[in-house]
Amino acid sequence: MTSPLTITDLTVEFPTRRKLFTAVDDATLTVEPGEIHGLVGESGAGKSTIGAAIMGLLDKPGRIAAGTIKLGEREISGLDPAAMRALRGKQLSMIFQDPLTSLNPLFTVGEQLVETIEAHLKLSGGAARKRAIELLDRVGIPNPDTRVDQYPHQFSGGMRQRVVIALALCSEPDIIIADEPTTALDVSIQAQILDLIRELARERQVGVILITHDMGVIAETTDRVTVMYDGRIVESGPTAQVLGHPQHEYTRSLIAAVPRPGLKLDRFPQISYGGRETTFKIEDLARDWPAQPRTEGPLLEVRGITKRFLDKGSLIPSRRTYFTAVDEVSFDIRAGEVFGLVGESGSGKSTIARMIAGLYPLDGGEVIFDGTPISEDPEAFRRQVQMIFQDPYSSLNPRHRVDRIVAEPALHLGVIPKENVKARVAELLDRVGLGAEAGLKYPHEFSGGQRQRISIARALATQPRFLICDEPTSALDVSIQAQILNILKDLQEHLGLTMLFISHDLPVVRQMCDRVGVLKGGQLVEVQETGRLFEAPDHPYTKELIRLMPKTDLLSTEGLTG
Amino acid sequence: MVSYILRRVLQSIIVLLVVGLVAFSMFRFVGDPIEQLLGQERTQQDVERLREALGLNDPFIVQYADFLARALQGDFGISYRQSRPVAEILLERLPATLELAFISGFLAVTLGIALGVFTAIRRKGVAANVIMSTSLIGVSLPTFLIGILLIYVFGVQLRWLPTFGRGEVVDLGWWTTGLLTESGLKSLILPAITLGLYQMTLIMRLVRAEMLEVLRQDYIRFARARGLSAKAVNFRHALKNTMVPVITVTGLQLGSIIAFAIITETVFQWPGVGLLFINAVQFVDIPVMAAYLMLISVMFVAINLIVDLLYVWVDPRLRVDGRTA
Repeated sequence: MTSPLTITDLTVEFPTRRKLFTAVDDATLTVEPGEIHGLVGESGAGKSTIGAAIMGLLDKPGRIAAGTIKLGEREISGLDPAAMRALRGKQLSMIFQDPLTSLNPLFTVGEQLVETIEAHLKLSGGAARKRAIELLDRVGIPNPDTRVDQYPHQFSGGMRQRVVIALALCSEPDIIIADEPTTALDVSIQAQILDLIRELARERQVGVILITHDMGVIAETTDRVTVMYDGRIVESGPTAQVLGHPQHEYTRSLIAAVPRPGLKLDRFPQISYGGRETTFKIEDLARDWPAQPRTEGPLLEVRGITKRFLDKGSLIPSRRTYFTAVDEVSFDIRAGEVFGLVGESGSGKSTIARMIAGLYPLDGGEVIFDGTPISEDPEAFRRQVQMIFQDPYSSLNPRHRVDRIVAEPALHLGVIPKENVKARVAELLDRVGLGAEAGLKYPHEFSGGQRQRISIARALATQPRFLICDEPTSALDVSIQAQILNILKDLQEHLGLTMLFISHDLPVVRQMCDRVGVLKGGQLVEVQETGRLFEAPDHPYTKELIRLMPKTDLLSTEGLTG
Repeated sequence: MVSYILRRVLQSIIVLLVVGLVAFSMFRFVGDPIEQLLGQERTQQDVERLREALGLNDPFIVQYADFLARALQGDFGISYRQSRPVAEILLERLPATLELAFISGFLAVTLGIALGVFTAIRRKGVAANVIMSTSLIGVSLPTFLIGILLIYVFGVQLRWLPTFGRGEVVDLGWWTTGLLTESGLKSLILPAITLGLYQMTLIMRLVRAEMLEVLRQDYIRFARARGLSAKAVNFRHALKNTMVPVITVTGLQLGSIIAFAIITETVFQWPGVGLLFINAVQFVDIPVMAAYLMLISVMFVAINLIVDLLYVWVDPRLRVDGRTA
């Protein structure tokens, strides 16, 4: 029989040179055997810190300042490092977010499993290997006796996460802490991994703490949920009750900000709790925006574009093999519409965006903008198109000041006179809600959401007609996501911008897009009006994607109007 | 895998051909051999006859091919100064240089890695900080100065160790070694430290930086979270990942240990090929210089080839057949 985990009045502090930072403040929660307990909140809320505190893996100089953590009747907070290590892996296990980085690339999965099994169970050599194969089989890896000798890079992302789960199960733990276990995975893989976790919890009576920012995952998987804000627990209870009838104001606004696949809203409700309202003044920007020249027919026509990447090189051309990333894809984007592209990783979404933007040369087909093939006049097209990238941390040059970053495309393309650039940059930064003085700072001084606003300001500096957004909110918290999506909607409405919106997140696509194309393995399987796509999908693959979406039916719809 | 090795070997051959070209050009551009062979008293007929006899009237490419063909057979010509075959002189001197290079390379790699790991794991410890500060001396002092300082302290002041030469050597027929006699070993200590100190501090600092980087990775945190011992985490998981970049730099450094031996050999009057080369430069002994150049480039290329193969051995991701399944 496994033991419950009880956390009482836990406070975790990080003393820094200037002041004491309290990451977790007076938190109390219990995880019963076989129960999946969700821990939800935005980044910086302290959810991962609770996980690290339980494991005794707090980063220095963090420390447990008050409260106790008990496993069964035994207090485990404040154990010495050797005793703590004996407990880790043995009774407490952990699953990390990114399966690509949580396995050591230089050892076979078998070596890593056997090593862990030998460290905890008194099994040696052959017996440990046998158990490793059994575990791989249990987590659903086909041909475990041959795959046990392969290296992590020979497994796909979902398979690697299964290996990680097998590693966490090595010693038959009482408690597994899963820190964002599916955030890095595609929706179909996510559903499989969550099923596996649920099955294992029930079958082995393991208590699971599921840390996530994804309300859909919480709603689908957990038995109980605890909501955290700024280090404190604001609400805790059975999942259906907390999500369906949130009591605390923060929980309510967090739930309201979750994009719903079944409900199209005009704008996302912003999280108002904690005074984080920010203003964005697109209407002002519209006054001096050049009138969009009306064009007959679609603004962008994509005609049978193809992209092949070299798979295996050879000196002899006939022996080279290619991987077709994009296979004769055709679609139109009408002036003023938001066109969505969805699909799993590797389906070719980002490749298409880069091909249209001219970052990848085409291996076939053509792209026509405003009636003219881009290949005829690439300069003219470049002045009218801008891109917003997924990762606001790597898409801004950390050594440039923000005003230079925002001014760069406008200066490079020479669309506005040099002497006006400064004023334009200041105005843009003000309009995206950062204030003109933000131009004097460097990107690292801003949060993820603020950086994505800088990206938007940069994209608007050339007054483009067409915007390519490649997963613009995937790296952001749900409240920040709501802000950024609202900004993009405003841009479309007030400035008449046309957008290509790429995402793997179907609920977000539902909110943002007028029409959606579904990609699978480099081919476009379906193009549909958004509403119809979600209510009556044609293609079996689309049906499958929509079926696998985490359901949000449990979530309260309070304050939402369609 | 086979095609990878073949490609690397092919590239190595191209490098060697280019170096051979440079070495060969020395004969043509660094002084006219005829001038050096014939004295002041000579007739135009003598010059012409010798030119024909030495093949100097053949087209450049023919002469180059001839040079390469002879070099492949180990024939680098006759030293101007010693009037003996260059290959013979080199073979005589090579053991001294190789012994010195291998000992100091071994010291640099083992101590460098050990200290690097130690300073990374005990990042905040007193010992680690002392080691890090002292290592600055190794990085910043030039080799010849270290050599002179060592000679002054251990040779002149303390009189513990000999300051020049190889000491007594044992002749094994094809190899002379100083490793088997007490005086030979004693003579080796100071030059080996001088030659290896810079490489050791460099390797140590590199290992430390890489190790700190690797220790921040998720798979290290995950290994800790699985309850593996600190030893397994640090020395199995972290160290192997640290090795990939370290191998590159170490490989190149070992090459330069042989090349830098020139300075150390000069300071300690070590009878190796470096000292031979310096003397050859002073007397414009072009055949010796050309042969030395070829020898060093063969070593560099060989070391690089080994480094590339080590990569593949350490990192399974580089094995060509290992595609994502």
